[in-house]
Amino acid sequence: MNKPLRRIAIFCGLLVFALLVRDNWLQYVRADDLKDDPLNRRVAIERYATPRGDIIVDGKSITGSSTSNSSDFEYKRTYKDGPMWAPVTGYASQAFGATQLESIDDGILTGNDDRLFFRNTLDMITGKKKQGGNVVTTLNAAAQKAAYDGLKGRGKGAVAAIDPSTGAILALASFPSYDPSVFAGNSQADAEAWQKLQKKANPDEPMLNRALRDIYPPGSTFKVVTAAAALESGLYTDADEKTDSPLPYTLPDTTTELKNEGTIPCKNATMRVALQWSCNTVFGKMGVDVGKDKMLEEAKKFGFNSEQFVPVRSSASNFPEKMDKPQTALSSIGQFETATTPLQMAMVASAIANDGKLMKPYMVDKLQAPNLDVLEQTEPEEMSQPLSSKNAQTLQSMMETVVKDGTGKKAQISGVTVGGKTGTAQHGVDNSEKPYAWFISYAKLADGSSPVAVAVVVQDEEAIRDNISGGGLAAPIAKSVMEAVINSKQ
Amino acid sequence: MSSTTNTSQHHTSTIGAIGTPSRRNTELALLVFSVVIPVFAYVNVGLAIDDKVPTGLLSYGLGLGLIAGVGHVVVRKFAPYADPLLLPLATLLNGVGLVVIWRLDQSKRLQLRSTFVEAAPRQLLYSALGVALFVAVLVLLKDHRILQRYTYISMAGAIVLLVLPLVPGLGVDIFGARIWIKIPGLGTVQPGEFAKIALAIFFAGYLMVKRDALALASRRFMGLYLPRGRDLGPIIVVWIISILILVFETDLGTSLLFFGMFIIMLYVATERTSWIVFGLLMSAAGAVGVASFETHVQQRVEAWLDPMNEYLLSQKGVPGHTEQSMQALWAFGSGGTLGTGLGQGNSDLIGFAANSDFILATFGEELGLAGVMAILLLYGLIVERGVRTALAARDPFGKLLAIGLSGAFALQVFVVAGGVMGLIPLTGMTMPFLAYGGSSVIANWALIGILLRISDTARRPAPAPAPNPDAEMTQVVRP
Repeated sequence: MNKPLRRIAIFCGLLVFALLVRDNWLQYVRADDLKDDPLNRRVAIERYATPRGDIIVDGKSITGSSTSNSSDFEYKRTYKDGPMWAPVTGYASQAFGATQLESIDDGILTGNDDRLFFRNTLDMITGKKKQGGNVVTTLNAAAQKAAYDGLKGRGKGAVAAIDPSTGAILALASFPSYDPSVFAGNSQADAEAWQKLQKKANPDEPMLNRALRDIYPPGSTFKVVTAAAALESGLYTDADEKTDSPLPYTLPDTTTELKNEGTIPCKNATMRVALQWSCNTVFGKMGVDVGKDKMLEEAKKFGFNSEQFVPVRSSASNFPEKMDKPQTALSSIGQFETATTPLQMAMVASAIANDGKLMKPYMVDKLQAPNLDVLEQTEPEEMSQPLSSKNAQTLQSMMETVVKDGTGKKAQISGVTVGGKTGTAQHGVDNSEKPYAWFISYAKLADGSSPVAVAVVVQDEEAIRDNISGGGLAAPIAKSVMEAVINSKQ
Repeated sequence: MSSTTNTSQHHTSTIGAIGTPSRRNTELALLVFSVVIPVFAYVNVGLAIDDKVPTGLLSYGLGLGLIAGVGHVVVRKFAPYADPLLLPLATLLNGVGLVVIWRLDQSKRLQLRSTFVEAAPRQLLYSALGVALFVAVLVLLKDHRILQRYTYISMAGAIVLLVLPLVPGLGVDIFGARIWIKIPGLGTVQPGEFAKIALAIFFAGYLMVKRDALALASRRFMGLYLPRGRDLGPIIVVWIISILILVFETDLGTSLLFFGMFIIMLYVATERTSWIVFGLLMSAAGAVGVASFETHVQQRVEAWLDPMNEYLLSQKGVPGHTEQSMQALWAFGSGGTLGTGLGQGNSDLIGFAANSDFILATFGEELGLAGVMAILLLYGLIVERGVRTALAARDPFGKLLAIGLSGAFALQVFVVAGGVMGLIPLTGMTMPFLAYGGSSVIANWALIGILLRISDTARRPAPAPAPNPDAEMTQVVRP
């Protein structure tokens, strides 16, 4: 009987061996996947086990932590002026996870980042409780407030403002917005508040970050990109050179006439005049003359057709890659399939204001350890050069005329040179929906430096259709944002 | 000759009994570790959770010490040649199990559950009862061969135990499996744990008698010995019973355990590989056949194949689904190589049955890969000592009983640990000694008692041969 006994012994050994192998697979090979699985509640438990580090604007925290009475979580995230800052912070909720900065820099905020490992180990030895680090943003509180207050009560809209010389994001506002505090916890009330904010229950989509994650047809504001392409391609070299622009202008290969808004002096107008009055005919034809390839190339240099990471991801703006000539004409005046995030248009304005150099946009200045040591400092970085310094200055003078004498008069600031461009973008089937009012601009100080470029988009449900124009609705918001930045610099 | 005679009195015999050391002192030394390690673990949990040494330390230490001490004294007196490892191994597993059960008692998350009861004091009581049964086995069962007389009574007992959970009003359905009975005032009992031992006794007694018929009367076909039709009877009966368990008690684990135990014992008794082939074919056919119509079994298999989907379904509130499997996997993964340390994990997220069926996940999270491997090796050692006992046993009944009990033990560890770790579909059984549950801990102490009895008989020095009148004449060597 001993031979089968020995075989059974081997069989039992194999059973134990199989368990050992499986255990190694689970606890060694797959350990990290399982440990960091966002559905694994330990991730959230860990996130709220210590007071979370703060997100900081202008030296003050816009977030906080309070003790939580939940059985799983010791602390709960709190927000100051939650709706205003939500597009910057995102949210960190015990029940619903974390997004945007709260998610991207979670390691720093919870104190679990590898860079804090040594410090944590020391703390463990000395018996100190683990602490989270801080995320210091580039945002400007006054500009953000101006942007949010400007949007508030205007229906839907968004503002993005950038420091052209560095790419630092100064304002990032979206309206309607939400207060991340209301669902930061894990209770029934939190769940109800969350449900109310979802698209299903709330068609206004308050949780949509319009500044980064929604794309809108840019309308006439896109004409500055077309102008940049014309200058760069050498089609025209001077702002005051007559363009070859017939009126009426029939779209190539069609019998459709491209219309201007009202009776404006567009026939063979100079680029300056055409931009001043926002001539569709001039820029439509200009796009066709530059050609779709060079238009696309220029748009891409400004950042179109790729996602931006600031470090929060922004949607890719779109300039169509395949189109025929009439479509090229429409795309060149910001219609057809051209669509952009507010951030993208702020990047366009900032590149022009920065003499042609586009700086990579970013909103995290530095990451700090709990003792305020800097763990990571973001250095400004050049992303591309969409146009030469000379052409940039030509475009600046044109945009400054728009504000001085054209459609953008409402953005004028005394003592400051402002360049801008209005836009009114129709959308919906047969333009059935209310248009978007756009305004992009930059401010230039007496010393020639430009501290801010801004893009504003507003869709006002209440406004009468005819009254919607970038100059009327969006320009005042852009103005107050620029003023806030200039005042805070002084 | 009495069994206590030693060699020095028989140096006149050329084949005198070889001096087998009793190893009782080895056992005592190991037992000290088996008590000290859990006591340290207990202090560790207290410090981790409350920053202080737990107040119950003295009673816990004394309780475990008493269990080990009584066990040891009884073994020394009644089974002096028994295997020295089994008692310390069982004590250690029982001890760390108690610590982890106590640790889960401290969990605020589990305390919020409506079904929460402090499990550790009860488990300590069950352990004491288990050791009492262990003592009773060693004291009352002078020779394991006595059990052979109760072959058919064991069978009847096993069947009654297996059927009990199906009796209306007595059986309770917990999470789909009907393997518990409720005794008012005492709580629930899992009769299957006791049936395991009764069945092993029955199989051993039955196969010892029938093994020649089963082994020899066969035809050779394609290299396999095919049993005669009428010899297939017993295996088919056991197979049908296993299938019935699976269908009516919807418990894959118990079914697999009994059938597996029978196949192992049949193979050892007959030395015919063909039985294993038959057994595997039949269990595969049975499992697939039942799974084709039994939704509970299907669900378990689906949950095993895609635990994440099972988790998501349970979060959506779809009835009949449970998050436990995925929670257990997360617990293991979060433990990593060295674990979070006792008292510092979140394995209580498993919720229901965290301290019984899923207790291994707490070891996984808090003691890590290292801790679980150590636990698995402790189980492996128990099985190894059991198999060694079977090898050493001199009588076929003892061999069969020892291999049946250790084989069933190995299968149970595999089925439970494999289920919790997602290696095989989950079944409702408990880790022997570690898990909270009176039936399990009491039955397994009895199992260890029987193994010790067999091993004592096996390792006991053989009685010297009857005095040979010619002994003096043939004597050639004298020390």
